Amino acid sequence: MSAAKPSPGRSLGGTLRQLVSGKHRSPLPGFGPGLVVTISWLTVMLFVPLIALIAKSTSLTPAEFLAAAWSERARAAYTLTFGAAAIAAVVDVILGLLFAWVIVRYRFPGRQMLDAIVDLPFALPTAVAGLVYSSLYVKNGWFGQFLVPLGIEGAYSRFAIVLVLIFLGLPFVVRTVQPLLSSLEGDIEEAAASLGASRWQTFTRVILPSVMPALYTGFALAFARGLGEYGSIIFVSTNIPYKSEIAPMLIYDRLESYHYEEATAIAVVLLAGSITTLMFINWLEARNRRYAR
Amino acid sequence: MSISVQNLSKRFGDFVALKNVNLEVPSDSLTALLGPSGSGKTTLLRIISGLESADEGSILFKDEDVTTRSARDREVGFVFQHYALFRHMTVFENVAFGMRVRNSPNNEVRERVNELLHLVRLEGLGQRYPSELSGGQRQRVALARALAVKPRMLLLDEPFGALDAKVRQELRTWLRKLHEEMHVTTVFVTHDQEEAFEMADQVVVMSQGHIEQTGTPQAVFDNPATSFVMDFLGNVNVFHGRVQSGRVQMGPFSLQYDEYQHEEPRDATAYVRPHELDIDRSPSQASLLGKIKQINPAGSVLKVRVAVEEFGVELNVDVTHYRAKQLELKLNDIVYVHPRSVRVFMPETDYVI
Repeated sequence: MSAAKPSPGRSLGGTLRQLVSGKHRSPLPGFGPGLVVTISWLTVMLFVPLIALIAKSTSLTPAEFLAAAWSERARAAYTLTFGAAAIAAVVDVILGLLFAWVIVRYRFPGRQMLDAIVDLPFALPTAVAGLVYSSLYVKNGWFGQFLVPLGIEGAYSRFAIVLVLIFLGLPFVVRTVQPLLSSLEGDIEEAAASLGASRWQTFTRVILPSVMPALYTGFALAFARGLGEYGSIIFVSTNIPYKSEIAPMLIYDRLESYHYEEATAIAVVLLAGSITTLMFINWLEARNRRYAR
Repeated sequence: MSISVQNLSKRFGDFVALKNVNLEVPSDSLTALLGPSGSGKTTLLRIISGLESADEGSILFKDEDVTTRSARDREVGFVFQHYALFRHMTVFENVAFGMRVRNSPNNEVRERVNELLHLVRLEGLGQRYPSELSGGQRQRVALARALAVKPRMLLLDEPFGALDAKVRQELRTWLRKLHEEMHVTTVFVTHDQEEAFEMADQVVVMSQGHIEQTGTPQAVFDNPATSFVMDFLGNVNVFHGRVQSGRVQMGPFSLQYDEYQHEEPRDATAYVRPHELDIDRSPSQASLLGKIKQINPAGSVLKVRVAVEEFGVELNVDVTHYRAKQLELKLNDIVYVHPRSVRVFMPETDYVI
């Protein structure tokens, strides 16, 4: 390949060699080794398992695939999984913005404590969260004794799934919005005020649009977290097919009855759905961020 | 619209930012608040704008007391040191913001914004985002944004602080011209005495939360009221000596000083500006013998440093290029330096409010 190009240093191989050997010194150290490790890691840990998953599902004929992945039961499970994750992520965005706002903007006793506690859902085993939630919201639980008579079933219901996903997704939004919010110079709010904006106008026209990209990212993370959640949901949901069965639960059910190919087919649909949604959110975010070039 | 600041005080915890400040800003004037950092100049500007509230005292716009009004209701244009542009909005929308929150009709907004973009020479950049502009352009967007709502006055906090020397110079001249065209009362904060003197009609020199002197640039420069003002307005040569019976004695100098006729000697400090010192080859009355240590060209003058051994000081002398050529000044030459005018301050007369 270097025959056509007189300068071997400019060929792809040459460039890579330069990058890897570090002859073309960049002031930032470790690009070569860093890139090698990153790509190897992604290959072993992400691409190969994904390819294996898709390969396994292709052992089905298209008709079989469709029957497994697009059955009425599977469709109900997708709707619940995506729906619950989306609703929870929307609630997380609103709550998370409020939390981040309080932590960044106000100084009060216990602020640092609150700041630390926000991360708790990251560390807590999700099964524990599921157990605690279901015990709180059942008919004779602390919350359930008041809520169930009002017709609010916070345990063993679809609502319960949303509730536990809200809990798990919240730190993602708080942690993405928080740094952006604290980097916003206080003087843009003062500028808005001196130009005659009310507090509400300042919030909706200045602050909210400024943190919008972070809200998209937070939404994407919380949503993705909700799609993959399994451990807590099996405790708070009744897991009844067509009603309260999430897609990961259905996959587990297929595996238990030795229908591996069907399980992978459902997984492929779930994967495709997740990737599409995340790409869409990424696109929204990028479109929104164009001013920050 | 004239501004009247009366007996204004402000503390931040234990720090006294302003103590008993009184100031009159005439209508349509361009006033500079000049002082070192921590002198309270920005606090004063922010209290005038309503972004900060005073502990004591009042602010009047013409005859109207606005002390308790919020920034939103004071109708002042404020330009922030770091511009505080809305980075998610285009230049056009930034300028339009004040009119948008007042729900002005669309065509009116478009007309006014285009007019302002023309005024600040940013036509055609309306659809850019602030991140795509240079510092000087952002500064002008901030200015256009503040002017869009037809404010009663324009307040600028270190307007050129973050810009490089050349752009700063251009913007100064431009802003001065703009002020003359617009006739809007303008107050700006600066720590750069050159900037204040070049642009303002009235200079207010501040230090440690109080006003040292207020006056036209010429008056302040020619007759500094205190040694602080003298010191702050640029390079000075300082001599320490004593006053007694109507005379000041500073080493070889003995000068008439009618302000102090007492017998009892007192410490005094004399200040001489570099351009008030003359260099010569031959001695004259009250001249100092020294050796030239350094010669640097600085614009229209040569800055010459002369070491005076007898006194143990180094003097900064501004010499015109013509005079330097005439005397054929070289490094290590022995010359005589004599002051054309000297200002004497006694410690007791300083810092009297």
